[in-house]
Amino acid sequence: MRSDGFAFTKENEAEAKKIIARYPEGRQQSAVLPLLDLAQKQAGGWLPTPVMDYIADYLGMPYIRVYEVASFYDMYNTEPVGRIQVRACTTTPCWLCGSDDVVRACKDELGIDIGESTEDGKFFLREFECLGACANAPILWVDDDFYEDLDYDSARKILADLKAGKTPKPGSARSRQGSMPIEGRTTLKSMAADGGDD
Amino acid sequence: MLQDKDRIFTNLYGDQSPSLDAAKKRGDWDGTKAIIARGRESIVEEIKASGLRGRGGAGFPTGLKWSFMPKESDGGPVYLVVNADESEPGTCKDREIMRHDPHKLVEGCLLAGVGMGCTAGYIYIRGEFIREAEALQKAIDEAYDAGLIGKNACGSGYDYDLYLHRGAGAYICGEETALLESLEGKKGQPRMKPPFPAACGLYGRPTTVNNVETIAVAPTILRRGGAWFAGFGRPKNEGTKVYCISGHVNQPCTVEDAMGIPLKELIEKHAGGVRGGWDNLLGVIPGGSSVPVLPKDACDSVLMDFDALKEVQSGLGTAGVIVMDKSTDIVKAIARLSKFYMHESCGQCTPCREGTGWLYRMLTRLGEGRGELKEIDLLQEVTKEIEGHTICALGDAAAWPVQGLLRHFRPELERRLNEFRKTERAA
Repeated sequence: MRSDGFAFTKENEAEAKKIIARYPEGRQQSAVLPLLDLAQKQAGGWLPTPVMDYIADYLGMPYIRVYEVASFYDMYNTEPVGRIQVRACTTTPCWLCGSDDVVRACKDELGIDIGESTEDGKFFLREFECLGACANAPILWVDDDFYEDLDYDSARKILADLKAGKTPKPGSARSRQGSMPIEGRTTLKSMAADGGDD
Repeated sequence: MLQDKDRIFTNLYGDQSPSLDAAKKRGDWDGTKAIIARGRESIVEEIKASGLRGRGGAGFPTGLKWSFMPKESDGGPVYLVVNADESEPGTCKDREIMRHDPHKLVEGCLLAGVGMGCTAGYIYIRGEFIREAEALQKAIDEAYDAGLIGKNACGSGYDYDLYLHRGAGAYICGEETALLESLEGKKGQPRMKPPFPAACGLYGRPTTVNNVETIAVAPTILRRGGAWFAGFGRPKNEGTKVYCISGHVNQPCTVEDAMGIPLKELIEKHAGGVRGGWDNLLGVIPGGSSVPVLPKDACDSVLMDFDALKEVQSGLGTAGVIVMDKSTDIVKAIARLSKFYMHESCGQCTPCREGTGWLYRMLTRLGEGRGELKEIDLLQEVTKEIEGHTICALGDAAAWPVQGLLRHFRPELERRLNEFRKTERAA
């Protein structure tokens, strides 16, 4: 069997069905991106060929079409990588705000270079193109969360916490609310009084 | 400056919950049924009257775009596709809308859908926006549960489904036809136009692709009237706009203000000014990485709208304002953008696939001073070989930042080349 024993867990099976239902009948191929994402998570952060084959069979697609998709999009790994995925944005807005320091912090703390995984298989470090949070630059994207407004020290602290098995708080390392100016709002002043209701 | 009472995105900073209850208190989903009852034509006319132009970068008049959709139904599906693949370097506005004010977008999808006779909508969100996708999915679920979308949306008799689709990390999927390919489960490679999506889009059906901000402002325009929206900014450049200010400013931020606000005022009022003062400014990329950089003297007086920025040979683009002070290695800053386009080229058209790499390699080398003066002209020529010679606009987007650099900072490149030659000779 081409899928080499890989199959969705019950939860992922249910999620996959839910995703496929978003597309018209006969258009289930549309679900290939989200299903590869599910499969990648289940398979440990990357997509071995049998897993891609499983998705192809699942959606009734030629295998090559799934390989094409998996190799085209940046979020899929077609080789084994560390479990915790650390991606540093280094595009110009982040670079202007010190992403070189953040990358250095990653290398120093994890002891690996860009594109490498730690020997214990815990971390994978890579460079990523613009993550779309430029007003909170520079950014690290770790698994499902963005860590923002970083410098060398705060980036290192986040990785040290992750190493110690802790879950650092996502968002601004400078305790900023969203993308508001750090010294306080210049607009929406009446909203400040409401202070958020949840 | 725009007053708070005229700001559309009142929860831009997440002061309040993004939930349906809180959104309703902020005015969302108010009288939606009555707006739907006004009918398709009236919705399109109101949007036309507002002067709204697409907020994704190209600035095409939204009402006009909506009017291109087939007037008569053939009984098959018709789609609205929302481009939430926000990936243009310098741009982070849709993120704030989706995570803090998602109901504006969900309601907009319904009303735009009615305006175009759509049967369903898909929101294509970039894969990296995981928390944003969660917030948006929650808003969609809430809207379904409350009967606001789905069968008999808002009790209007109109059936409209809305789905979220997550991408997987490819800038090119922000190009509308690449986005459609990706939504169909393929590599994100742009299609030839014509046929345009309004005739043959998603699954070969009539489709309109609009940016998140464009759709999210529609409900407020329809409630307050096109004339209200058109009251801000200059003719043909009306409305309010969410700006993102990044780079060398004291307080980077995302903020909604009127179209046509002077760039200097935008930076000084909202972003705490340029680091080290206005005179420490080197240049600004005013509309996301794809538009040419402006030197300081242009920044002194230019207005932030489509036409004013076009006049100075740049563009409003996504209004992602990237500020660079005098400490910036401007060649490196632009070369990094070239690297971005090299990485993001889909590989379909030769001038872009090969040319983006050329630009990056040449700029990197010339930036180090290694090369001949005549290679600066060669670099310009390479940009011209790419520009206009590709299926989609990514080629143009790769060429323009380099052209902007050569237009305004050529002496800097020449200085580096001459200096390097001098030290070589001395050695």
